[in-house]
Amino acid sequence: MENNDSKNDSRRQFIKKISTGSLLAASGLAITSLTSCKESSKEKTTLLTTDGKLVEVSNSEISSLEHKHITPKESRQGIPGKKWVMVVDLGKCKNAKKCVDACDKHHNLTPDRPYIKVLEMKDNEKSSPYWMPKKCFQCDNPPCVKVCPVGATYKRTDGIVLIDNERCIGCRFCMAACPYSARVFNWAEPPEENQDELYSPETSIPSKIGTVGKCDFCPDMLRKNMLPHCVTKCPNGVIYFGDEIEDTVTNGEETVRLSTLLKDKAGYRYMEELGTKPRVYYLPPVDRMFPFEKDTEESSES
Amino acid sequence: MKNYDTLLKDLAPRKFGKRGTIWTICLIVIIIAGIIAYIDQVIKGQVVTNMRDYALWGIYISNFVFFVATSFVGSIFVAVLRLTNNEWRTPLVRIAEVITLACIVMAGMTIMIDMGRPDRLLNLFIHARLQSPITWDVIIIPTSIALSFLLLYFPLIPDLAILKNYYKDKKPKLSKWYGKLSLNWKGTKVQKVIQAKSIKIIAIMVIPVGIILQTIDAWLFSTTFRIGWDSTNMGAYFVSGAFVAGVGALIVVVYVIRRVRKLENYITDYHFNKLGKFLGLACLTYFYFNINEYLIPIFNAPVEEDIHLSALISGEYAMLFWFSQMVGLILPMIFVLFKSGRKPLSMFIIGLMVVVGSWWKRYVIVTPTLLHPFLPIEGVPESWHHYFPSMHEWLITIATLAMALLIITIMVRFIPMIPVQKTAEELELLETNKKTES
Repeated sequence: MENNDSKNDSRRQFIKKISTGSLLAASGLAITSLTSCKESSKEKTTLLTTDGKLVEVSNSEISSLEHKHITPKESRQGIPGKKWVMVVDLGKCKNAKKCVDACDKHHNLTPDRPYIKVLEMKDNEKSSPYWMPKKCFQCDNPPCVKVCPVGATYKRTDGIVLIDNERCIGCRFCMAACPYSARVFNWAEPPEENQDELYSPETSIPSKIGTVGKCDFCPDMLRKNMLPHCVTKCPNGVIYFGDEIEDTVTNGEETVRLSTLLKDKAGYRYMEELGTKPRVYYLPPVDRMFPFEKDTEESSES
Repeated sequence: MKNYDTLLKDLAPRKFGKRGTIWTICLIVIIIAGIIAYIDQVIKGQVVTNMRDYALWGIYISNFVFFVATSFVGSIFVAVLRLTNNEWRTPLVRIAEVITLACIVMAGMTIMIDMGRPDRLLNLFIHARLQSPITWDVIIIPTSIALSFLLLYFPLIPDLAILKNYYKDKKPKLSKWYGKLSLNWKGTKVQKVIQAKSIKIIAIMVIPVGIILQTIDAWLFSTTFRIGWDSTNMGAYFVSGAFVAGVGALIVVVYVIRRVRKLENYITDYHFNKLGKFLGLACLTYFYFNINEYLIPIFNAPVEEDIHLSALISGEYAMLFWFSQMVGLILPMIFVLFKSGRKPLSMFIIGLMVVVGSWWKRYVIVTPTLLHPFLPIEGVPESWHHYFPSMHEWLITIATLAMALLIITIMVRFIPMIPVQKTAEELELLETNKKTES
């Protein structure tokens, strides 16, 4: 028995040594990627601080604060003490598609397979059509996670459902299981991107051929205390994002109580009856900011 | 003893003639074309298929379901008829066992073709999650392969020993192989008891395993929220569909082997008559579950399901839907009602209809559902709204079908398709009966 214990101990020490070594290596890499970050960004970003204030900080400063590479294993834990939630106000959307563009750019997606889609919806014959921005609903009872045979997609403590593209076998069962068609597949080699960048499920890049992708609520931004790109880039403040535990959501312009917003504006979740418990709420398309208009170019395309 | 010699001569496998050789070469050429297409798919990614984010599964999956279904013939024909002491099965069981093994092996292969990352196959074992229906498949398919092999192999052992002696002088090398594979079979009483016991255990096991296999296959679909898949009818529907597909395939192969090997004295009109009635039973069962699956939901279909059903019955997929229903089920069901419909040639045609109809039926189960999601398909290229297999998909799929046929062909070449020993025993029994009577 003693012998065994000492063996175990030495093994543990060995693992410790290895992990510190890899940590050092990872931090070294993080620094090198940092320098490249600094050069490219001159823009300023609106931030939600931990005490609920909004501040504007230039991007270069933010990345220097914290820019740690999150490994696939680390990405299985959520950001502690958070429960991310999104509210989409359908009364404000005019299909500007700025969220789609920002998301595509950030995740290096081709235009034919975006993570976000703005769908033309019409509930019944008499009611007026409206635009519905749709992303992954990050369900609390996710059908996609249930069916994955290898645990490549998983639910985190902060509510986000992520995909580990280094484990995914590309069976697409999760895509079949998702009732909201939120998932896309890398059918071909993804468009050229910085292959030197270390892969992390939190950034979803560099994307990998033959694996599944989807909206991830941009946990890399959240770790930096920044809002997801779709929220900040929306010109009409359609998308509110925040923490359910703090009961606060913001669209970058106004910060409101989540519970009050849902109560006052009759917030609902799409297809509640399926029992998937989405983390994305919708506010009904009432008091429209814009009349429903179809871009002629767009309509001819689809 | 003279009888026995002619029997052996008739039934022992022999070299292919000109037709057989051409057939085999054709199959190999098709398979090579498929392998080239598959390599191209691995290099370029599944962009070479016509599957896209909405039609995320295509003929690879429906072909997989077809193979799984056809492999059911081992359970429903061999095992059930054995346990119910239906003697007419004797000259047909070996063929059914061969089809079962070939199809289940190919099912295992086709499911891998559909994987986006075949290089990560081992993840299925390293990171296996028991709550995923795919893991259930990973467990049940190898189990079925092993069991189907045993179902073929155990009853074959005495025949291998017979062949060992038969080829002793003519082909010593081949004889040696048969000898090794016959596991030193001498036909002693002890050996016979062990063999009979083993076969019985295998036959009993094959039935639940076959039903589980078909049902898990159905659960791959019914565990999702998709319209048309999300149905409690799915398991029974798949089991009964497999009953039809399996017996249909059996009839076709039996007819071809009978013609090619001139086994008219062994597989007679009597057997085709029986097969026809058996197919009739299969079709009736499947028809019942089809009514449950398609007709009854029309009465209270919610909007989305209504869209799906009308696309099948009168819309975009009406042609394929009615083709598979009529050719694969309803017409065969009617034809086998007539005595002339159960003659060998007409049975062959009916069998072909069933097989082709069954294949397209799986296509109708898989594709339309995927193109009827809850949320509208928007913001994607027009071509993504529809699905029809690409050249790569056809080449690869046809190659998998050819590979199944090649496996069967190789078995026809090397093992007797009609159990020699069993037939001899039965003939002997018949003769002794006659003697005692007279």
